[in-house]
Amino acid sequence: MLSETILEMKDICKSFPGVKALDGVGFKLRKGEIHALMGENGAGKSTLIKVITGVYEKDAGLITLQGEPIHFKAPEEAQNKGIGTVYQEIMLCPNLTVAENMFIGRSHNPVVNWKQMNEKAAKLLDSLGIPASPTQELSSCSLAVQQMIAIARAVDMDCKILILDEPTSSLDEDEVHKLFVLMRELKERGVGIIFITHFLEQVYEISDMITVLRNGKLVGEYETASLSQFELISKMLGNELEDISKLKKYEPIVSDSITPVFEARGLSSAAGVRPFNFTIQKGEVNGFAGLLGSGRSESARAIFAADKVTGGEVSMKGKRVKIKTPLHAIKQGIGYLPEDRKDDGIIADLSVRDNIILTLQVLKGFFKPFSLKQAQVFAEEYIKKLNIKTPTPNTPIKSLSGGNQQKVILARWLLTHPEYLILDEPTRGIDVGTKVEIQKLVINLAASGMSLTFISSEIDEMLRTCSRLIVMKDREIVAELKGTELTENDVMNVIAQGGKTRCVN
Amino acid sequence: MRKLIQTFSHLFLPLSVMILLIIINLIKGADYFSISLVNGALYGNIPNILFGASELVILSIGMTLVTAASRGQDISIGESATITSAVFVMFVLQASEVTLFTIVIAFLLSCVVGLALGAFNGTLVSVFKVQPMVASLILFTGGRSIAFMIDGKLSPILANDISNQIGTVIPGVPIQTPIILTVVFIVLVAVLFKTTTLKLYVEAVGINPNAARLNGINPKKIIFLTFLIMGVCSAVAGFIAVNKAGRHDSVNLLKLIMMDAILAVAIGGNSLGGGKFSITGSIIGAYTIEMLNRTLLRLEIEPAMIKVFKAIFIIILMVVASPVVRVFAKKTLDRVRNWRSPSSQSAKLTTTNIPTRKEQ
Repeated sequence: MLSETILEMKDICKSFPGVKALDGVGFKLRKGEIHALMGENGAGKSTLIKVITGVYEKDAGLITLQGEPIHFKAPEEAQNKGIGTVYQEIMLCPNLTVAENMFIGRSHNPVVNWKQMNEKAAKLLDSLGIPASPTQELSSCSLAVQQMIAIARAVDMDCKILILDEPTSSLDEDEVHKLFVLMRELKERGVGIIFITHFLEQVYEISDMITVLRNGKLVGEYETASLSQFELISKMLGNELEDISKLKKYEPIVSDSITPVFEARGLSSAAGVRPFNFTIQKGEVNGFAGLLGSGRSESARAIFAADKVTGGEVSMKGKRVKIKTPLHAIKQGIGYLPEDRKDDGIIADLSVRDNIILTLQVLKGFFKPFSLKQAQVFAEEYIKKLNIKTPTPNTPIKSLSGGNQQKVILARWLLTHPEYLILDEPTRGIDVGTKVEIQKLVINLAASGMSLTFISSEIDEMLRTCSRLIVMKDREIVAELKGTELTENDVMNVIAQGGKTRCVN
Repeated sequence: MRKLIQTFSHLFLPLSVMILLIIINLIKGADYFSISLVNGALYGNIPNILFGASELVILSIGMTLVTAASRGQDISIGESATITSAVFVMFVLQASEVTLFTIVIAFLLSCVVGLALGAFNGTLVSVFKVQPMVASLILFTGGRSIAFMIDGKLSPILANDISNQIGTVIPGVPIQTPIILTVVFIVLVAVLFKTTTLKLYVEAVGINPNAARLNGINPKKIIFLTFLIMGVCSAVAGFIAVNKAGRHDSVNLLKLIMMDAILAVAIGGNSLGGGKFSITGSIIGAYTIEMLNRTLLRLEIEPAMIKVFKAIFIIILMVVASPVVRVFAKKTLDRVRNWRSPSSQSAKLTTTNIPTRKEQ
């Protein structure tokens, strides 16, 4: 059933300073095919898309469009050749009408024939079955319809290839369904669609082929029908054991009869995580496992009240407490190292010293500032303890490497001596050496009586540090795994099956 | 010495401008620094600058804080000061006998009004997320009419001895009162910074409000607080201005002073996009602007032309201080240094190799 190939990429390489983003990647798209591009963060999906659309220039390799070699230097060239792209965030102007959004910037004619434009838009919307009127303001449409209009805009440019970069991440189930109807309609017309998403269910519902990337390398191209979810996940995450020292796991004496350090019942937040129960004992390390978008970060954020808490009760050491803002959580002895270091963690222009003392200062109070001398003592103590490589405590944190920035944020929380510390992807985007240091630190902290939640995309890291894994899928807890004999395969199996009652002991 | 340079590096721009202006003035006439004693008070170019810049210095302190936390500017400060001083004048004029007590009560009342105006702007910015310039546009537009309504008539005159002394000199004190008041205000601000964590919080909120929130700082509260402080600054500036003038002119009092206050913040080496800030820089910036105004007068430039020269000066200043030129200057300097001592190249300072240098 394989039909005519419209886009073929061979041995594509693309490097950024210090990173090889794509290394000899090949990709093939056929007429009337929905092709899912899969991989965890940093696998190279976005880079590949940007090479196709001419945002980046490839370093090496060959791209052919219908047998013709192409070399785009700018996104407009790709657009003119019939490659349309719709990004995760809707890149349209909400204050313009639907028709204006569809045709804006497309013509070099300075005079606009409004009547003709609206008629053309109406025809296109009608043919694609999009429920919108051309003269309606875009902001009055639902998100799904806006997304569809973005697609209509791309399709109208005599589109042969349509790239959808996580179009469903802000849509609800009903809206996703509508979008799929449109995608099938386009498929019928012979448009080749590249589909990127983190939702596995959607991949299996709509796609014909799957290409998996990992760490900038091609893992393979598979027919969706013959690739099980488990195989897909293991291909995405990879089984290669990193050449890092085997860490000895600390096994806490955990019994269910002791009052937990922290307990949540029916907790939910505005970020869309379904109500969940959660407990952690003194000296325990547990973790939320699951793919990106499964709700693992949202759950952690709900515990810390980083997103608006919409329901549920929490208690610390058996006593009910109110945690509605991060400050409440900090005062209760909870710390949270955020997933996004740059946006939520570091205060870029401030010195390493100020970044370290920040939270302790907040705890101490507005009218009791630390003296410069005291702050310096704290900073130097933790720079030494965590082996932070910085010229001076006075250096702005932004000039440090990612791993050292992460250690500064860790120092910030350790300085407050929390009873319960949540680490959300503490090892992302940092060098292997620092990764190992952080994992060792987690185990040592637990041994000293601190409770920790450790979240990572790399399952082997979690297996090494956590004694209990809470598996999430589609913003819901689907299983809890315990035991020392857990392997990556077990975890992936559970993620893939999403079995509600499954428990490996 | 190196430490000294480091401390003053962020003050490089305002200080170098000031030195440049002093040189220009000294070329014009060597008597620039001369000070004379008139009626027991000091007069001369320098005291005149300190006297003239009083309101601007106070307002630019508030402007620095608002800019740092909210990443925008309050353009209603002149109008706020006009309203608060209208309240001050109204209270003084209704008193049968003006005593120091009356003045103090009137001043405190105007401060309360200043707080209310600050709270108004602050609520719009922090709770309703209106851009600072748009939020303060409301008072900028309506402020002078409100002041006029409080006045009830055109330019009421403050004809009492105490007001006169606040606006000029107190007999027996050689320094003009507004200078003393400004110094007192600066000291109070310094105490505020010493006894609270305001600077750390404001900078954290201005640089990364998300991270600040996750570390227990409430960005809304901090932004609101900076607008409250701005309100008090407006009240104090209005108090000084109206006593200097001796009458309350709702139309012209501190007219367009927000432009100079914003400029003072910029000359002080502060980013108008918020974040890290230096109050010292802004204060020096404010005095520099006054010095520039008076230098242009002293150079006998036609009054109608003064604004053109001021504009040209500011353009040159901003281009020289722009990151583009700064990076270029730094590179050139490095090249000259390397050329002078090739051996030093291996020991070039970078963030990564400093620790290894220590180990050696």
